[in-house]
Amino acid sequence: MSNFLPDGPALVASESERMPTAWQRPRLGRSSRPQLPFRDLSYRFKIPFSVSVVILVTALIVSAVVVVRSYQYLRADLIASAESLGKTLSRALTPALLRDEMWQAYETIITPFDAAGDLESDRKTIVVLDARQQVYVSSHPRVFRSLTPLAEVSASHGELARIVAQSASEGPFVVEGVIPNHIVVAVPVLSDDGIRLGTLLLTYAESVFLPRFWETVRQLLLSTLMVLAVLIPLGWYAGNRMVIPLVGLARAMRRVSSEPPSSVGADLYLGGDEIGQLGRQFQAMLRELEDKQALEREMIMSDRLASIGRLTAGIAHEINNPLGGMLNAINTCRRHGNADPVTARTISLLERGLLQIKETVAALLVEARLESHALTREDLEDVHTLVAHAAAKKQLAVRWYNWVEGTVALPSTLVRQVLINLLLNAIQAAPARGLVTCDVRVAEAALRLQVSNDGRHLEPEQLERLFEPFASDTGTGLGLWVVYQIVQQLHGEIRVSNGPPVTRFELSFPLGGEAMRRGGQT
Amino acid sequence: MGADDAGSSARAKHRRRLLGAALALATPGWLPRAEAAARTVRIGTTAVILEDQVSFLDDWRRYLEQRLHGRAVFVQRGSYREITALINNDSLDFAWVCGYPYVANRASMRLLAMPLYHGKPLYQSYLIVPRSDSVTRSYADLEGKLFAYSDPNSNSGFLVPQYLMLRAGLDPQSLFQKTFFTYAHRKVVSAVATGVADGGAVDGYVWETLALLSAELTGKTRVAFKSPEFGFPPLVARASISQRDFVAMQDVLVGMSSDADGRVLLRRLNLDGFARDDPKTFDGIAQALAYVSARMRLPQ
Repeated sequence: MSNFLPDGPALVASESERMPTAWQRPRLGRSSRPQLPFRDLSYRFKIPFSVSVVILVTALIVSAVVVVRSYQYLRADLIASAESLGKTLSRALTPALLRDEMWQAYETIITPFDAAGDLESDRKTIVVLDARQQVYVSSHPRVFRSLTPLAEVSASHGELARIVAQSASEGPFVVEGVIPNHIVVAVPVLSDDGIRLGTLLLTYAESVFLPRFWETVRQLLLSTLMVLAVLIPLGWYAGNRMVIPLVGLARAMRRVSSEPPSSVGADLYLGGDEIGQLGRQFQAMLRELEDKQALEREMIMSDRLASIGRLTAGIAHEINNPLGGMLNAINTCRRHGNADPVTARTISLLERGLLQIKETVAALLVEARLESHALTREDLEDVHTLVAHAAAKKQLAVRWYNWVEGTVALPSTLVRQVLINLLLNAIQAAPARGLVTCDVRVAEAALRLQVSNDGRHLEPEQLERLFEPFASDTGTGLGLWVVYQIVQQLHGEIRVSNGPPVTRFELSFPLGGEAMRRGGQT
Repeated sequence: MGADDAGSSARAKHRRRLLGAALALATPGWLPRAEAAARTVRIGTTAVILEDQVSFLDDWRRYLEQRLHGRAVFVQRGSYREITALINNDSLDFAWVCGYPYVANRASMRLLAMPLYHGKPLYQSYLIVPRSDSVTRSYADLEGKLFAYSDPNSNSGFLVPQYLMLRAGLDPQSLFQKTFFTYAHRKVVSAVATGVADGGAVDGYVWETLALLSAELTGKTRVAFKSPEFGFPPLVARASISQRDFVAMQDVLVGMSSDADGRVLLRRLNLDGFARDDPKTFDGIAQALAYVSARMRLPQ
């Protein structure tokens, strides 16, 4: 059976409580897996956070490289300028050493010192050694006293004196790591004919270029911070943009359990990337879920109607047997007995009552075993005439469209019954001066009836029990139950569209020998 | 004529002077100014005064020009010896020299005026040591140390210490580990202040004047000993100077203490004035020179 049954939000909501477990959020075996940091954190934070971390790490690495390079450059710079200064000084020192002009030598070597304070600090010292590694003169005479062997100044200076003595270099050379935290540039002082008169030692504390170094670091830090101030919000924004579809998908999935599937997947991102594919897949699954839920609803409703049918059939059968006997007995009594007037009236009363029971039971259990010819256009027009009076009473407009030509291979009695019941229902539901429309046509190997009215739309509770007997408190309460049974017997389908603006019943009866035969025979 | 080529050719100078003399003869007596304007007085200075007082020399030059009615040029040289040589070959008219070169070159120099320092034409040689040295009281205390002299031709910066050491029975040439010349009194103070030298011989007047100008430098030194008084470095004229020029210059110098501008200049020099020549003032230096040169060979 394939009945299309009414749909509506309330129905879906009530059905969705029985959501299959497959749709529930899968539970991860948390205890069996190692805990990852931030594992429970939303991707809304994870991705921007990761982007920020990458930016930060990149900035740090670049900064570190620049810092190291600038340290090396400053150091190389210092050595280069020391060598150039040393060469200049050594040329000027040559005559002073040759003529033993100690004061002239002193005045020469203190020229690179700007202020008196420069000579007080020990960041830069210049020492002139004679050919025997004795201090000839120095910028700091209190430490490097003239005519004192350099080796007597300190142990590390002894090592320096040894290195200088062993060096045969005619140009400047750098001695590092001998004097702790100091760089020494040694420049031989040569006479014009190449005799080594002495050695000029320029010693720089590494702290000399530290202020410049820290200045570089400070500027670097500042510019890095500025770049980060731009990049991190940008990265955060880009990361967020990336994650929005995923967040939407997750939110939609969360809503599956609490909202109808049709409203869940409406605003999903459907791009060509993986998340877009997930979204499309998810929408397909939602559609399947919706179909499945509709099917379940139909099945449940059909099951209920079927059991009601079985119940009423059983009751009708049990009633009909004694009822037939009682009616026979009344007939017999009336035919043979000379009843007094009171008895005759009583018997008549009984007969009327029993006949009413019989009618009711007949209505409950539609048994289409009446002889019936095939449906003709005129049968349908008769129905139009039959209901015209009721419609006129409510001043309704009836739009009647009968497209049927000739005969249709369906039992006319049953079809007429269905149409009458639907039209009477529609007339009753329509407001005064309302509109009822009826459309009958043959299409796609089926007879299609459409009856609609512009009355109040049906409540969800009404929809759920629409076709059940006595569900309505108007009329006999059996009209739609009869329609349902006939449709079932004729293997037809019912679809209810529940306005606004109109409430429409659409029925279709497949054309074919079997329906006619069944309708005719049973 | 520029100062720098002054010593380039003695012949040229000689010719110029002859020309000046001829002009003097040809010029009528009622035109003394024109005659004077043609002259240039060349004055040599040495480190007896503080050498970097360029602005002072400029002001002093203007003062002299005003009063001598002629041009004046100051000629500065790095050592006493160069100034002595210039005056010896008549390249300079006047010079402010040390008492020692004056005494040694009396034949070519004529004493012009004697500066008055604390009212007397006398000064002292100071033995200075770094401020940190609180022990030294005499040259002998500096045995085996580094010692700074100012100039081999300086009285207070060389001759007097030699004399005093010899008088004390010391050998100036072996007493110290090493000695060196800075060729200026001020640089002796620097050498001792910075510690390049452990002691130094310095003109007492220069040290005192420096102390007035920049106590920072002298403050790093201590005067360990003051010598007896000797004749203050005098102003001399070349021997061949005309009496008239000699007197004119001498009058201007001696008169400085009696006019306001002159007193301003004298105050900047830290002097009281100038006295007329009295060669006896330098007998002490002559005595010392005789004593020293008899016992050791003096550097030239």
